[in-house]
Amino acid sequence: MTELRYLAPNSLDEAISAFAAAGSAGRILAGGTDLLVQMRAGVVKPGLIVDIKKIAEMTAIQETADGGFRIGAAVSGMALYDHPKFGKVWPGVLEAVNLIGSKQVQGRASAGGNLCNGSPAGDSVPAMVAAGAIVTVQGPNGRREMPVEQVPAGPGRTNFTPGEILVSFTLPPRPKGSSDAYLRMIPRTEMDIAVVGLGVSLTLKDSVCTAARVGLGAVAPTVLLVEAAAKALIGSKLDDAALNVAAAACSAACRPIDDKRGTIAYRTKVAGVLLKRTTAIAAQRAKGN
Amino acid sequence: MAKVHVSTTINGEPAEFLCEPNDTMLDALRGPLGLTGSKEGCASGDCGACSITLDDRLVCSCLMLAVESEGHELRTIEGMAQGEKLHPLQQKFLEMAALQCGICTSGMLVASDALLRKNPKPSEEEVRFWLAGNLCRCTGYDKIVRAVLETAAEMREAAQ
Repeated sequence: MTELRYLAPNSLDEAISAFAAAGSAGRILAGGTDLLVQMRAGVVKPGLIVDIKKIAEMTAIQETADGGFRIGAAVSGMALYDHPKFGKVWPGVLEAVNLIGSKQVQGRASAGGNLCNGSPAGDSVPAMVAAGAIVTVQGPNGRREMPVEQVPAGPGRTNFTPGEILVSFTLPPRPKGSSDAYLRMIPRTEMDIAVVGLGVSLTLKDSVCTAARVGLGAVAPTVLLVEAAAKALIGSKLDDAALNVAAAACSAACRPIDDKRGTIAYRTKVAGVLLKRTTAIAAQRAKGN
Repeated sequence: MAKVHVSTTINGEPAEFLCEPNDTMLDALRGPLGLTGSKEGCASGDCGACSITLDDRLVCSCLMLAVESEGHELRTIEGMAQGEKLHPLQQKFLEMAALQCGICTSGMLVASDALLRKNPKPSEEEVRFWLAGNLCRCTGYDKIVRAVLETAAEMREAAQ
């Protein structure tokens, strides 16, 4: 039986060298709301746990010089909720992050963990994809950036190379008339896993949609960026014709599984319904900005 | 396995204990620390019976490693009453019979206290959403929600 070691380094370099040296036995600990459950269930048996919460960059929420936000990978949902400005600029990202689990889970769970856990149904991921978040990743070979939609590789897997750790999300500055929204379909009102999750971020100018991104979750092996849906919205006044084309694009992008939460037919239909509803919320918010 | 020495603060008092690296905070509370008020219901973060606060943030102690408490401040149900004087929430839970078997109660109280510190005037909907992570199989929740709302009203009045 291998002995479990726990490390809580203050520096990212130290974390990366320990994590890389541990190989497949290493696990990163942010909020731990997935990791501890997996350990308890015997699904993972780590030899080394690297707690990243003592690394300042990992728990920081910063406004960037150009008016965007940088969110550390281990920032909890509740910390993001308590930030005085973040939820006003990115209400859709915030509502998605705040849908993950109970208030107790919110006190610990992070968007970074939600992404790295690799669930196709992670609530924060479609909203981050819609927001156009860029992730910063650091490993033994240095630091790199990638669009958030390129991180998931399949259920439970990411495209990080061995030893790489997610450091932060960078959200771009918001032009006037921009907002976002996230909706998920669940059969209950709270505390459930998305049957379909959909995030929309858009910019309106004189009632015309000038920019849009759509992120779609729980309907394919990874969260999807639905470019065809965004294309249908851009240049329109978000009229029924444009919304119908965008909704059809979302349904067409679905490659879902049949399971106890929803059938293939149901998920495919709901993806289109959510596109319309989420777009309406984002547009309403954008009008006030 | 080599035990780890941890120094933390619990209910305002410095505390030290030894634990295994994979022990949860709930294991440490109920084991070496002898604080058995926090209960283990599900051990997977679903039921909230082990609720504590970590640096004033509500968390499940079953979803936290004991070693993570090093240098932090925890509050548990044991820190809620002031000596013999019950916290207004505790008093109200008794008066309004907001408990039956009691397994969920310490978690309900810790979570409700965390809510009222953040939001002294919650709506019924806010109370129900806040307590969605605290399961109770006896009361049907109604008495708990009413006790929290009534306590909040009385605490606001007392603060005036």
